[in-house]
This record gives sequence, structure tokens and C-alpha cells, in this order.
Amino acid sequence: MGSGSVHPKVISAAVLLWLVGPGIAAAQTELTGSWAARNHEFLTGDGLPVDFTGIPLNEEARIRALSYSESQLSMVERQCQGWPAFYIAQGPFGLKIWSDADPLKGNVISYTVGAWEDRPPLVIWMDGRAHPSKYAEHTRAGFTTGAWEGNTLVSHTTHLKAGFLRKTGAPSSDEATMTLRFYRHDEILSLLAVIEDPIYLAEPWILSRSFQLSATPLSSTGPPCVTTYEASTGETAPHYLPEKNPFVDEMTKKYGVPRDAAIGKPETLYPEYRKRISPVAPGK
Amino acid sequence: MRAFFIALLITIGIARAVGQGVPASAKASAPADMTGYWVAFVTEDWRFRMVTPRKGDYQAVPLTDQARKIADAWNPEADEAAGNQCKAYGAAAIMRVPARFHITWQDDNTLRVDSDAGMQTRLFHFNSQPSVPGERTWQGYSTAQWQGSALKIATTNMRSGYLRKNGVPYSENALVTEYFDVAPLPGGGQVLLITTVVDDPQYLRLPFIVSSQFKKEVDGSKWDPAPCTPK
Repeated sequence: MGSGSVHPKVISAAVLLWLVGPGIAAAQTELTGSWAARNHEFLTGDGLPVDFTGIPLNEEARIRALSYSESQLSMVERQCQGWPAFYIAQGPFGLKIWSDADPLKGNVISYTVGAWEDRPPLVIWMDGRAHPSKYAEHTRAGFTTGAWEGNTLVSHTTHLKAGFLRKTGAPSSDEATMTLRFYRHDEILSLLAVIEDPIYLAEPWILSRSFQLSATPLSSTGPPCVTTYEASTGETAPHYLPEKNPFVDEMTKKYGVPRDAAIGKPETLYPEYRKRISPVAPGK
Repeated sequence: MRAFFIALLITIGIARAVGQGVPASAKASAPADMTGYWVAFVTEDWRFRMVTPRKGDYQAVPLTDQARKIADAWNPEADEAAGNQCKAYGAAAIMRVPARFHITWQDDNTLRVDSDAGMQTRLFHFNSQPSVPGERTWQGYSTAQWQGSALKIATTNMRSGYLRKNGVPYSENALVTEYFDVAPLPGGGQVLLITTVVDDPQYLRLPFIVSSQFKKEVDGSKWDPAPCTPK
């Protein structure tokens, strides 16, 4: 091999890069920026106290959900509890996404989806680190790692504190996990969330939500939560005893939603259920 | 050795050039398999989709004043009498209908989507543009292209219809843009995500953006065709 020759391995690597290189370069997309919420879908589902429509709750979850009173949020110690990471796909706010890169190599170490007043930031670690031990602390934000699958960023969140699947009190356990897929299509960002909870869900709960690229920058954090006296004595946590929730039929009275659907029975999430019910809401 | 690798590079380059010279069919070049039976998993907007809302309930839809007047005048009996019972099953709304969908290749460059609820058929034409505007239909004319691993659809030439079953209107000049993505589900199975953007300067103040998810079924055993209903 003379000084002017090229080592065969170098040429082989060049051939390989030439063949797959464009694929690698195209296998990611820009997610950073401000993404405005349009809220054309009613994902918060908190218009009435007992609205668990669309959530495949199991029986234990249903009993617990019906014991929940939103007056709990008047308790000083709960006013700033916020909502778990699932709320990223449900809350009414837009997303501010930015990345942090290795200063020397330039590779993305993490993406952060900024927080809001009632939702913690979602930090997606892209550097290959492992999730913590199962004995590690669980937090409201949880622990999230991510990887690219083609043009799609896929993240997986574990180590969440027990909380709520929906603001109306549908519970989530500390064993719940969330897989998010970030799809960017032109100026639309769609999030596909698959939430699993072996304690409270009868099957994985799948949600999706779309955002529109915004030229107006969104804030990377929300206003601070400040507690104040809201007439709660704090002696007991507001709740309802079994079968005593006074709002259990509100969805039926107002919107014609059958009780089984309002309380999140899994069979109500499939089209055939519509054939078993009166499909028209009451009133003109 | 050096000559060998140079020859190898030239050979591969020629092979790539030849490969690029013959456009593969949409079916052959599909980056994802979207065929099969898919069932709507109604986890969002349940009360707007599984129950027909009362007249005037158009929460979250960015309607113009003109559109509100139309929605407030919804008359399902009149729609049915006029043969318009499929107004809520048009291209802008069909993928929000609680239904099963069967996706197949009609030919190498046409993807076909059938619904059991409403018994509608959509055709997604790759490598094609409508030469002359044909008769307007509920499903209009759809052009398709692969965009990365996704399928992008653009639909025009529709009859005016309803975004929601209670008479929330879109006009015949609406443009419907959709993106189809397929993802695996934990424990097996697949989910189809469809993001729908409806642009309608006549009846919408902003593009109406929703996303819907579907679970893949192993076969068509739950396929249950039913005609359109006006309410």
C-alpha cells in the first residue's frame, strides 16, 4: 500500500456512507420552536365533574374516580400539585420545544417541552442514558428518554407519581407509563400518546393532538403557582362516598351520554357501542 | 485493489441511476403498510362523535358567522327528504365517524378506503391530478403522495357537508389535507393516526385541525356496513 493509495476499508466506509448517508441525514426533522394549540378537539374533558368518556378505565379506577371531588384543589397542599406528563396531550396550551446540544460534538443531548403553570417540563434525554432504577424517586414529570425512528421522535416516560389521567379525577398510578410519538408534517405537529397503566386501565389509552407552527414565540414556562386560602379547612380531603357522587348523571342529562360511557367503560370506546344507544342528544 | 473498488463504485452508481430512472408504483414504494381493517378508537370528542349533539352545539369549531347561521338551521328531516343523509360522511368528516375502515390497494397507484358506517368509498390517487373537475361528490377527488413514512392526502371537489353530525358545515370549496401515520402498539398491534386539516375560507375562520386514531384488527369479522343516517 503506497502513500498515494487509499486503504480498502476507507473506500468501503465511503461506499457505505454514500449508500445510506442520505437516509441518515433525512431521518430526523426539526421539532424545536413554538407550536400553537388550536383546541378544536375537547381533550381536557373537564366540562363536567363526571366525564370519563373515552378512557378505558377498569373497575377499581372507576370506583376511585367517582370518589373524587374537585374541591380537593382548594386544599392548600394540593393547589399546586399540577398534572402528570399525560397532560401534554390534553391541556389547552401550546408547546415550546427546544434542544440542548453537546458543545463539542453538536449532537442533541435532550429535547425539552416547556412547562406550563400546571404541567412540569418534559425533558427527553436523547443521549442513550438508561432509565433509573425502579426504586428511584417518582416525580410529576417522570423520567423520559427518546430516540428517532425515521422522521419520528419517540419518547418513553416512566417514574411518574400517582396522579390523574384526566382532571375530573380518573386516577393514574405510579406504574403508569407514556409513549409519545412526535410527527411533524409541514407546519403541523401531531402527538400520538399511548398511556399504559396496569393498575387503572383496562387497555392502553391512545390520545392524539395536533399543534400548528407559530411565528409568535411561546413562553418556555408558565406563571408560577401561588397557593392561597380558598375556604378549605384542610380537616378532610373533599370526596364522595361510594354511589354518592351527585354528578354521575350530568353527562346524560346535558348531552345524552349514557352513564356507562360517562364513567369510562372500555366497551364504549368502539363504534358498535353507538348501535346500542340513543344516538341523539336531548333537546332541540 | 484500488481499481476493484473504483469499478465497484461505478457499478453501484449505475445501478442506482437505473433504479432512479424507473419510478416505482406507489404500492411498490410504500414506506408503510396501511392496508387492513382499522377500527376507530373513540378516546376524544366522545360526546360529539358517538352522540349527535343538539342543534347549535358547535363548541371548538372556528366557524364564521355565516356558518353559525347554517348550523343553527340544521334540519335532519329536510336533509333526508332531499337525499342528503350522507352530509356528515363526506371527506372532511368521515374519518371522525365511529366506524371501521378497510384500506386496500385498488391498483398499483390507487389506495382505497371503505367505511362500514355510511358505506363510503374514498380513492387516493398517486401520480395523478384531476384533468377536468368532475361532478362533486361527498368524497371529492383525492391526490396522494408519500411524505417520509407518512401518507399525505389532498382532497377537493367535494359536495358541501357537515364537520359534525348536527349540521356544522363545510363548503364545497373546502380543501382537506390529511396525514396518515402508522405506529406499533405495546404488546403487539398497530395504531393508525390520521391528522386532518380542513381549510374553508367560507365557513371557517381558521383551519380546523383534528387527529384521530384507529386500531388495526386481525380481520373483517366485525365489519358491519350500515347506510348513512341523518342524525
